[in-house]
Amino acid sequence: MRRAFDYLLAIAAGIALAFLLLPLLALFLQVSPAKLIEALGSEVALDALWVSIKTGLIAHLFVIGLGTPAAYFLGRRRFRGRGVVIALVELPLVLPPAVAGIALLTLFGRRGLLGESFSAFGIEIGFTQAAVVIAVAFVAAPFYLRQAIASFEAIDGSLMDASRTLGASPARTFRRVALPLAATGLGAGSALAWARGTGEFGATIMFAGSFQGVTQTLPLAIYAQLDLNRDVAIAIGALLVLVSATVLVSVKLLPSWTRLTSVSLIRSAPSA
Amino acid sequence: MDTLDVSVAHPLRSFRLGVELSVERETVALVGPSGAGKTTVLRAVAGLTRPERGRVTLGRAVWFDSERRIDLPPEQRSVGLVFQEYALFPHMTVEENIAYGGRARVAQLIGWMGIESLRKAKPDELSGGERQRVALARALARNPAVLLLDEPLTALDTHTRARVRAELRQLLAELALPTLLVTHDFQDAAALAERIGVLAEGRIVQEGTAAELVASPASPFVADFTGGNLLPGRARAGGDGLTEVTLTDGTRIFSTDALEGSVGAVVYPWEIAVARAAPHDSTQNHVAGRIAGLVPVANRVRVHVGPLTAEITAVSAERLGLRPGETVVASFKAAGTRLVPLG
Repeated sequence: MRRAFDYLLAIAAGIALAFLLLPLLALFLQVSPAKLIEALGSEVALDALWVSIKTGLIAHLFVIGLGTPAAYFLGRRRFRGRGVVIALVELPLVLPPAVAGIALLTLFGRRGLLGESFSAFGIEIGFTQAAVVIAVAFVAAPFYLRQAIASFEAIDGSLMDASRTLGASPARTFRRVALPLAATGLGAGSALAWARGTGEFGATIMFAGSFQGVTQTLPLAIYAQLDLNRDVAIAIGALLVLVSATVLVSVKLLPSWTRLTSVSLIRSAPSA
Repeated sequence: MDTLDVSVAHPLRSFRLGVELSVERETVALVGPSGAGKTTVLRAVAGLTRPERGRVTLGRAVWFDSERRIDLPPEQRSVGLVFQEYALFPHMTVEENIAYGGRARVAQLIGWMGIESLRKAKPDELSGGERQRVALARALARNPAVLLLDEPLTALDTHTRARVRAELRQLLAELALPTLLVTHDFQDAAALAERIGVLAEGRIVQEGTAAELVASPASPFVADFTGGNLLPGRARAGGDGLTEVTLTDGTRIFSTDALEGSVGAVVYPWEIAVARAAPHDSTQNHVAGRIAGLVPVANRVRVHVGPLTAEITAVSAERLGLRPGETVVASFKAAGTRLVPLG
């Protein structure tokens, strides 16, 4: 009886695994590796790769540059309504991408709330590379913020106090104590935000369109090439699987190679 | 050397903290049960907590003055604070931790603390006693004018504690800085501080030397809290593996604690029996003396016999018919006699 139950569980696990992995495997099996590499060399794929890297990097710099101090503030300060603010920051996490797209259009589009004033100065955002950056940053930022807030929050307050009584200003305390201690979490958040940004599709296609070499990122190129040249679509898909796998592995490995800097260890060491 | 003057008023959860004290070139301890407001006083001096009202000055330097709206940030106050759990930076080596406070004296401090071999170690590789020394070295690296110690021995196990207490006492004596120490342990305070203030519900209810507090507690709370008698004397290894302590009046007593040199023997009043003559039983220590006073505390009586305070039940005191001025013998066991180092 128990044996039978164990078999049942194993079979369920096997089916679940196959269901999740077979489609990904198919990407690598249907077309020969040589053809995949050749398809990646096509102009469409290279353009999309360049647009993705460029917009992804700018968006990522923006997310980390602004998100880190914001997360430090939200993670370490106690003020009225803090819980509400943190919940609002996380809202885009659960928002459908299409809603993100229409929302960005409504704000930045030609007839949008801000877009109209921008248009008056001759600045167009909708359907430009800037729109891609905004869309990517909008959907990716909450992933980084959430992780960063939690990481700063987890730092033992007496370490921050110790830094101040040792003569360090708040800025130096941030740089020498808070940042290194939160580094593991910030790295993980950064990787997750990068993965989410790289895969951004819905908000981008609505807000930035899909123009090759300008706003067509890798996921948009897959969609565009589906009917034109399926090999290119599959090759880009395979490439994105590898990128995602790399992110996943690095997030999983992160805690182990930064072990010496992790906060949790100091408490449990025995005294002699 | 400047004097640290502290006057702090601050609302705490269920009472108001109102403490005034001044610390010269000495070690002053604030003792009290947890939640009495000790740490708040320390944090207010360091600038980590802003009290509702008060003044904190070091000589002529004003660190905090609620009326003049002066509130220097912690980094501008010349304090060295040793945190309860030491708060060593886990991502830095011992050397980096110390250098964080100031680079100039790192080598000197490492040598002084005897932690040369730990220079490259991370805090999680250190024992409790080692961490304490690193935390102290780090606090001193800034060359502070005031030293603050928050429960400096609480994070240590009982075995390490006695040794570290002796070391710390030695270090504080060498430093000769105005030092404010807070602890919930009266014995730690007695061993480390020249003066002790007992803090209860935000107020200093009595202030004095350890001996004064034990001998004449101002209230049952202080009596309960201070607990032990402290008898100064010199210790040396005696026979039978016991330590023999010669008290200042020449009386010899024994303790199961191993310690040499200048010590204080700590005996709890309720460990002491009072009789007309030395009993023939398991007690090794007998101190004869005249009854200096009889103080009732609830259903007990505190009997002051020479340098000792014994606490016996009111019924026993009645039965023995004790009167002030009579000569009695106070007896207690060697196993119940703790030794703390005294410089």
